[in-house]
Amino acid sequence: MKQRLLSMFKFSYLSLYLIIMIFPLYWIVITSLKPQKDIFSFPLKYWPDTITMDNYVNIFKISKFHIYIGNSFLIAITAAFVVLIIAILSAYVLARFSFRGHRQIMLAFFATQMLPGFIALAPLYLMMSNMHLLNNRISLVLMYTVGLIPFSTIMLRGFFQRIPGSLEEAAMIDGCSRWSALIRIIIPVMLPGIASTFIFAFVQNWNELFLAVMFIDNDALKTLPVAMNSFIMKFDVDWGAMSAGAVLSIIPTILIFAFAQRFIVEGLTQGAEKG
Amino acid sequence: MKNQRMFILSGLLPALLLVLVFTYYPFFKGIVMAFQEYKLFDLRNVHFVGLDNFKAAFKDPKFLMALKNSGYWVFCSLILQFTFGLILALMMKKQFKGRGIYQGFAFYSWALSGFLIGMIWKWMFNSQIGVINDLLLKFGIIHERIGFLSDPKWAMVSNIVANVWYGVAFFAIMLLAALQSVPSELYEAAEMDGAASWRKLMNVTLPYIMPTIIATTLLRAIWIFNDPSIIYGLTNGGPAGSTHILSSLMLDKIIYGGDYGAASAIGIIMMVILLLYTIFFLTVTKAEKVGDF
Repeated sequence: MKQRLLSMFKFSYLSLYLIIMIFPLYWIVITSLKPQKDIFSFPLKYWPDTITMDNYVNIFKISKFHIYIGNSFLIAITAAFVVLIIAILSAYVLARFSFRGHRQIMLAFFATQMLPGFIALAPLYLMMSNMHLLNNRISLVLMYTVGLIPFSTIMLRGFFQRIPGSLEEAAMIDGCSRWSALIRIIIPVMLPGIASTFIFAFVQNWNELFLAVMFIDNDALKTLPVAMNSFIMKFDVDWGAMSAGAVLSIIPTILIFAFAQRFIVEGLTQGAEKG
Repeated sequence: MKNQRMFILSGLLPALLLVLVFTYYPFFKGIVMAFQEYKLFDLRNVHFVGLDNFKAAFKDPKFLMALKNSGYWVFCSLILQFTFGLILALMMKKQFKGRGIYQGFAFYSWALSGFLIGMIWKWMFNSQIGVINDLLLKFGIIHERIGFLSDPKWAMVSNIVANVWYGVAFFAIMLLAALQSVPSELYEAAEMDGAASWRKLMNVTLPYIMPTIIATTLLRAIWIFNDPSIIYGLTNGGPAGSTHILSSLMLDKIIYGGDYGAASAIGIIMMVILLLYTIFFLTVTKAEKVGDF
């Protein structure tokens, strides 16, 4: 009896949570596929009888949406690659060696995750202005890279610590230098961890809004979040176009998550536990 | 030996240099700004003003409102995210058919940006054609539409609802991983003693995962406190500035006000609050080890 009650509770809880999680996504997708008149008329249609791509066509007409998509991909991927290279090096050193200042460096990296980072936003704006990097995609690549170095280092360090040091020592006895042992022996073993760090970095970059809003206002250089942000201000009532834009911005990260979900969840939890 | 030192140095240098120059330097510059009159539209007139920015903040009803809202926002979001997340993790612990797929749908909110989540909920909370009003009416829970985003009484609740929706997954992921690491011998021992499942939960499971619970709540509270993106997308502080939290008010002053001095003062107040909170939390939970790495 008690067992049955428990499994009934479990079933209802899991189902209800699933419905609540899926519904907003369902609703934005459905909205984006409705003809304009159905979006704003009663009764609300929970299952549209006419489906149209008008909103998607429209968004490419009223804005340079293909350019925003391109910018987002370019910046997110470049920054994720750069941060990966830098963080693999720092994580490896911090995982394998002990030296003076080790603890302080870890602490400095950890602190960046907890401080209210927006304090730096205004000075960064002035710095970018002085370096003539405003309205330049390099500013975002640079800032996204820097912003992710601490977290990626902490995460990758967790992965390195799970690989026995004897592995590269054996290679070094065979005459490999430390660099080539790292590249040829360790990194291949680490690929799952590296992949989940890369995906994490990509998603963060893809979603970032506030730095991009500060640094970019040239329409040809905007990323998707910046474009969506100016949509809200310009076409506050055009929910058809906005929902289409939202769906397009969500698709890449959702796809990545669907394919690599196991990876990411494992990477985040295990990296964090070791951190 | 010298070789090794070179390796350490060259491995760390890029990361350290970038973080120092583009994170810590602007951060400390921001701290200095808090004691200056520093307006973007009047850059020739930058000068030190002592504590004026702080005094002005504590006289500003918008700031005081944001201070109160921050507490409310963190407390409610955290409790609800944690409770729902813990139950979810417990329910998902045992293997069931389709758990992999379920996990995908249960955790995907992690991949979305807070800003977009705010936007999507803004559409759903719409007072005229929003689906939430429609559903509540259909089920007879309410009898007339609620201005979720235009009524100050409801606007903060709406923000919290969206934030809870966003954050349950985080707790569930972390706690599920911790639950799966509980050694099964512990349960076997408890079962031999004839412990009921509720007692097993209280006496075996929760104590074992307590370090994870402490670390995740501590971190999560700080992130919720610092992150303005959902509020920015959903109410953007409205109506009439009633739903700003400290971080969204600060952001508002930087992006739309250009008042860097005032914004930085809010940032420093936030840091003091975070510091006090962390000390308090670690003392209460006696968990000095959480930050030990």
